Amino acid sequence: MDMRTPLGKVRGLGSAKEGTEHFWRQRLTAVANVPLLIFFVFFVARYAGAPHADLVAALSNPFVAVIMGLVVTSALVHMRIGMQVIIEDYVHAEGAKIALLMLNTFFAILVGGLCLFAILKIAFAG
Amino acid sequence: MVELALPKNSQITEGKVWPKPAGATNLREYRVYRWNPDDGRNPRIDTYYIDIDDCGPMVLDGLLYIKNKIDPTLTLRRSCREGICGSCAMNIDGTNTLACTKGMDEINGAVKIYPLPHMPVVKDLVPDLTNFYAQHRSIEPWLKTVSPTPAKEWRQSHEDRQKLDGLYECILCACCSTSCPSYWWNGDRYLGPAVLLQAYRWLIDSRDEATGERLDNLEDPFRLYRCHTIMNCAQACPKGLNPARAIGEIKKMLVERRL
Repeated sequence: MDMRTPLGKVRGLGSAKEGTEHFWRQRLTAVANVPLLIFFVFFVARYAGAPHADLVAALSNPFVAVIMGLVVTSALVHMRIGMQVIIEDYVHAEGAKIALLMLNTFFAILVGGLCLFAILKIAFAG
Repeated sequence: MVELALPKNSQITEGKVWPKPAGATNLREYRVYRWNPDDGRNPRIDTYYIDIDDCGPMVLDGLLYIKNKIDPTLTLRRSCREGICGSCAMNIDGTNTLACTKGMDEINGAVKIYPLPHMPVVKDLVPDLTNFYAQHRSIEPWLKTVSPTPAKEWRQSHEDRQKLDGLYECILCACCSTSCPSYWWNGDRYLGPAVLLQAYRWLIDSRDEATGERLDNLEDPFRLYRCHTIMNCAQACPKGLNPARAIGEIKKMLVERRL
């Protein structure tokens, strides 16, 4: 039986004194995603159905390759911290929550690693 | 996981249909949530008919008609009957509001009444707000100063006093907090819109000297940042206040002090 006072329960472990960094980063990547994803959508629309060689040539352009790398990085950071909020909102079992938060980070890093490797490979090796 | 369905012992069943008042020609149907902790039964919806020729115009008048003339066991909180005490906050016609300031004429069809959502129920329409009040206590809603107390009073300019408008009117009825999905899912750790609006009321009080400490205590992924600007709070507030704006302002202060 929990005999702590209501105020004791509310104060709990105290304030984590963080969260603003997360809040700010979510806004920052959201703003960055606007031009990056517009570029991405136009790029996909422009090269949909184009021959493989054309696409490789376009991605070998340093400007395009760098922008594509930024698209992946910014979108994945945004995705990871957004998903983190959803997990914290809905998953209350401490073990499951920590496991899912770890998986969430691993997934974003794995996808990011694969995408960046692919972009670099096409940019440098064709 | 978050509980999206009601537990078995909270599932609502059809209750009693009470007889219509004799001789009444102008009837209004009330469908009211009933739960008694002592009878071991599930909650149920009782149906009542009130004589609107013999009753005031507000939803609360109808509830008091029921309590006085039909069923004295109906349990509810009420006090001032004019929207200043916040006691009669309940879910009426799907929205959290005050029964005393909600007119029956604003509702189409039967008047459906439940206690404030996602709170433990004490009985019928009375929710247990212990946690809510403790959260209010936790933000220390009083003037905090370290400067020597002035002989007369802590002075405040008219402009600074105006910053409290839209905040000081909050009556802590809990309509906003209990309409907030983030508060439903994480009410044990998230302070909720009402308490955060009160916190902001002290953060921008020009006389207060503890702004930094107050911000420290709020800067937490759960206490403050569970707010995802869903805006149910502003929609529900029977006093027309905007807790979501106050929360946004707190977030701005936290960003401002680190940039």
